[in-house]
Amino acid sequence: MIDARGLSCPQPVLLIKSAVEKTHESQYTLLTDNMPCVENVCRFAKSAGYEAEYKKQNEEEFLVTLTRK
Amino acid sequence: MNFKAERIHIAIAGGIIGIISVALVLLGNPANMGFCLACFIRDTAGGLGLHRAEAVQYIRPEVIGLVLGAMILSMARGEFAPRGGSAPVTRFFIAFFVMVGALMFLGCPFRMVLRLAGGDLNAVVGLIGFVVGIAAGVFFLKNGYSLKRTYKQTMVEGLSLPIVQLVLLILLVSAPAFIFFTAEGPGAKHAAVIYSLGAGLIVGALAQYTRLCMVGGFRDIILFREPKLLIGFCMIFLTALIGNLIFGKFHLGFADQPVAHTDSLWNFLGMVLAGLGCTMLGGCPLRQMVMAGEGNADSAVSYLGLLVGAAFCHNFGLAASGKGPTPNGKIAVIIGLVVLVCIAFMNTFGKKEERS
Repeated sequence: MIDARGLSCPQPVLLIKSAVEKTHESQYTLLTDNMPCVENVCRFAKSAGYEAEYKKQNEEEFLVTLTRK
Repeated sequence: MNFKAERIHIAIAGGIIGIISVALVLLGNPANMGFCLACFIRDTAGGLGLHRAEAVQYIRPEVIGLVLGAMILSMARGEFAPRGGSAPVTRFFIAFFVMVGALMFLGCPFRMVLRLAGGDLNAVVGLIGFVVGIAAGVFFLKNGYSLKRTYKQTMVEGLSLPIVQLVLLILLVSAPAFIFFTAEGPGAKHAAVIYSLGAGLIVGALAQYTRLCMVGGFRDIILFREPKLLIGFCMIFLTALIGNLIFGKFHLGFADQPVAHTDSLWNFLGMVLAGLGCTMLGGCPLRQMVMAGEGNADSAVSYLGLLVGAAFCHNFGLAASGKGPTPNGKIAVIIGLVVLVCIAFMNTFGKKEERS
């Protein structure tokens, strides 16, 4: 789980990109508190060969799940 | 999430913004200055008497509209969220130097696109500097640059800057004696308040919806090969270019360009400073205004840094003019580059526990 709450773009995307490049896991989750970050992470997921899904956890947090296609 | 639709939306939004920028010039704004956040915040600083450069004093409604337009749409979309606390003082100083760089070049990244679309080749030099500045910022980002996290703030904190913009609008319309209005010069050239405000509201809303950012366009291409934001940038250029060609506002060349100088070295270095600073802030001045409208107090602090930077630029002779850069301005740009590199270095390679 990558905790990207409070981080503004492009930092969350850089965090997940670095994780994907280092660990090559089939699934990652990222927690964020802003919609632009969700959009950017989903866009990155597509370019990196992952399927992205997100859901609103509560008023302020989104959980983005990346699963390798 | 539909990525194709996203690109179409930003292309349409960029196209509309380019047309609005040309229309504002036809309605009275200075040439190639339908929109310029640096110039307009500088004029607003003058209108409030924070500097006494008589040629550039006018509370620009476009900036007011940008913040309020972004605020209204973000509230409607449920995205208005008061946040802040990510190195506000550091952001203030970065924004201060972004203004120093922009006023050396004579325009923010937005006006740089509009100058390009008007045939001003000095803006090509500025664009090269801008991309170099962003690339330097990307180097630090890749190595872990961060101004740390933002945290949830109170509604009062998130609404402060939008409320200030409303007060500025009241001051502009009521025009009390202590507000300055340029009689002659670029500050006297402006569209009617209603048009400027309307344009600001529309552009603010479009930029909020699409996340348009001049810096983000090049940053995302360099970092992720992601073209979305650059599409917006290109479409502003394209429609403004077509508009300028239709209305006879396109004049290709380096010399005699409106509100511009031909000193390439300082046009280049000014935009290196602006590009680096904006990358460190996480967005161009336009994006900062939009995020301030979304309740981001850190972006509101960036606005204050830009405002104070503009006042300093004119109080201490740092701003360039059509005649070229000033010696003080050159020194300020060099100091700015040194300060920003130091800030970037310390927030990138500082102790890891301090950055986490």
